[in-house]
Parts: sequence; structure tokens; C-alpha cells
Amino acid sequence: MTAELTDPNRRGFLKCMTWAGSAMLWTVAGGVPRSHLIGQAEAAETGFTFAQVSDSHLGFDKPLNANVTGTFQEALDRCTGMADKPAFLIHTGDITHLSTPAQFDTGAQLLGATKLQTYTVPGEHDILEEDRKSYLNRYGKGTHGDGWYSFNAHGVHFIGLVNVVNLQGAGLGDLGKAQLEWLEKDVKGLSASTPIVVFAHVPLWIVYQDWGWGTSDGAQALTYLKRFGSVTVLNGHIHQVMQKVEGHVAFHTARSTAFPQGVPGVAKAPGPMPVPPGELKTYLGTAKVTLVTAKAPLAIVDTPLAG
Amino acid sequence: MFERFKPGVLARRLLLCALLGAPVVPLVAWSDEGVQIGIDNFKFNPNPLTIAKGTEVTWTNHDDIPHSIVLNALGVHSKAMDTDGTFAYKFDKSGTFFYVCGLHPFMQSKVIVK
Repeated sequence: MTAELTDPNRRGFLKCMTWAGSAMLWTVAGGVPRSHLIGQAEAAETGFTFAQVSDSHLGFDKPLNANVTGTFQEALDRCTGMADKPAFLIHTGDITHLSTPAQFDTGAQLLGATKLQTYTVPGEHDILEEDRKSYLNRYGKGTHGDGWYSFNAHGVHFIGLVNVVNLQGAGLGDLGKAQLEWLEKDVKGLSASTPIVVFAHVPLWIVYQDWGWGTSDGAQALTYLKRFGSVTVLNGHIHQVMQKVEGHVAFHTARSTAFPQGVPGVAKAPGPMPVPPGELKTYLGTAKVTLVTAKAPLAIVDTPLAG
Repeated sequence: MFERFKPGVLARRLLLCALLGAPVVPLVAWSDEGVQIGIDNFKFNPNPLTIAKGTEVTWTNHDDIPHSIVLNALGVHSKAMDTDGTFAYKFDKSGTFFYVCGLHPFMQSKVIVK
């Protein structure tokens, strides 16, 4: 995937388009990842599952998607309507488009209606107000610094990181010294066999530096995690599915529930990407993550809202 | 240069240039109504912009996504501008002032104040 991004061509673009519009199962087994496209019927898994939603951009009202509340609602309905209902939701940021109290209220209402525990991290669109408190006032309780935290569920250690406060260079995400020190301490006492799930808004790996799609000190964070047998990194921000595996670390970015963005190296700019009428929902969607016992610890199924 | 000049302003500048023996091409934008910078498809236009001291510059966002203006050297951070949103700043000091979009810092430009 990375090679295609740095060497854009029509074939690469079409491949990405196909990928973006299809469900995908991704399994990491003993450090050897396998991924393949699947139909929705094959998506059912047993065991502990949670769902990831991202980039709902509540408040976005442009013609590309004048009803982001509706598409977010639809994504959440998909989550709550699953036969194997997820244990909780993770929202990987850009809950709102402009950080207004009304947009946060809508988000809280929709997420609250799912009756599912929701874990969030902020996107840069959630901290646009001058004091950046609009997000923390609502979601910062019990967190550290700008809103980072960790928790354990079903034997998995989850870590929510914040990398949108102090953008670097072309706009790369940044964790900063204090958060990195916290992370090092947070995982220090854990057994290497503990499955780790890290979630943050901007991809921790460098997807496309020219657009700031990556995290400047993401590699430093990963040094604290390299001893673990299973590390899964979930991100949003880029509004399309991309995956990469390095050793025992699997990186995954989710679709937006609001609008797609252009393919790096192909599109001229990273803004909302126009799509043919009627096809929008094939570009939006959710991700379901299942913990599978034995040698296949995590499986991720991306599901578009339609198609 | 894409700045607009009011006829009276342009005439005054041409006269000044002629009196000083300078080229008659106006190199520095200056207007009582200020100067506009547009934001289209993640780009500032014009880029860079040269203005006279005391000119007010107004940025207007024409994109479907918010942008903001960060003039680090002047400690200026605009609020996020949604589509058709504007931000104005009057440059009272001479110098070259680099700025970026706070949300997309790969968007970079500068205002040269003479």
C-alpha cells in the first residue's frame, strides 16, 4: 500500500477505490498478518468485540454529505444491531466539525443512545475553540494531560493517545514528551503477552508526510510497545481504510462516517472528496474488532454503510 | 499580483512612482479597503503577498473544510474559518511574516510588509 502511495498510478488508485468500498477482514496470527476481502456474511465472529467509529464531523453541512448526523446514526445503528453486539465503542476523533457546544451535544446524544460505553480521543476538529477545553470538559474526566488514558478490558490493554494538540512541520501529529513518558510507565509492568490496542486520531505511522498524515514521534511511542506480541494501532483522520504491518504491530485507519477524503499522491489536496451520486455510503463506515483466542488475537472487519 | 486597486489609489501610486523615477509597475499592494487573500483547495492566493505598512489583509476560506491563520512571529492565531469565513489582520510593522494554516500547516505563505 505504501509503495502505491509514493508511486501513484491509475491501477493503484483503482485498487484503493475497490478496497475503500469493500468489507475487509484482517487477522494477525502470531505476528504473521493475513488480510483478505470478505462479504458481510462472513464477518460474524465469536468472542470479545468492540467497534470503532471515526471522523463523524458533526456540523459538516456541505453538499457532499448534508446529513452527517444521519450517516453517523446509521453507523451507530450498525454497531448496536450486530448479532454479536460490541462490548463498547471507540471513537477515534473529529467527533465534531467545529468544536461547537451544539455539535458536541449532538455527538453525546447519538453516542449515549447506543447505551454502549464509549471511549474517545480528540481530533483536531474537536479542539478548535481558543482554550481547547470544549473536548476536555466533556471527555477529559479521569484522563491525563490533553486527554490520554488507558484501561483494561477482556485481557486487552487499551491506550488512548492524543496527537492533535501540537501539530509539527507539515501538520504531523505529535505526542510530546509528557505523553511519551506516561506511555512508557503505563506499559512497563505489563506482561509481553498482553494484547495491546492503541488508538489515536492521526495515524501513528507516516502515511503521507506532505499532508501531515502521520505522527512525528509515533516511532518513539512504538519502541515502548515492541516487546509485546500483539499490538494493534487504530486511527482515523484520513477518512479511508489503510493498513500496514511491522513486526508484531498492525496499523489500521478507519473510514469516516461523514465524508471520504482523497487518496494521497493522487488527489491534489486532502479535503472532502466528491464521489458519484448514490455512492457516498460505500465510502463511509465502521470497523469491528474481535479478540480471537489462541494464535489469532485480533481481527478487524471494516464495513461500509452501503455496498 | 492579483490585488485590486481603486482608480484613485492607483493614480496616486503611479504619480508617486513617476515623481521618484521608479518603474511604473506597482509592486506593493495598498488600498484603503485592504487586500484580500483567498483560500482555495488548500492554497493561499496570492502567495506571497506584498503590501504597504498599515494595510489590512483579509483571508477568506472558499474550501469545504475549515482553515485558520497562524502568524507565529506576531502571536496571531485566528479562529477556525468555516466555508466563506474570514479573518482580517492589519500589518502595522514592516517585515516578512510567514504564516500557516493552523489545521493544515503544510499550507504556508508569507506577507511581505514594506
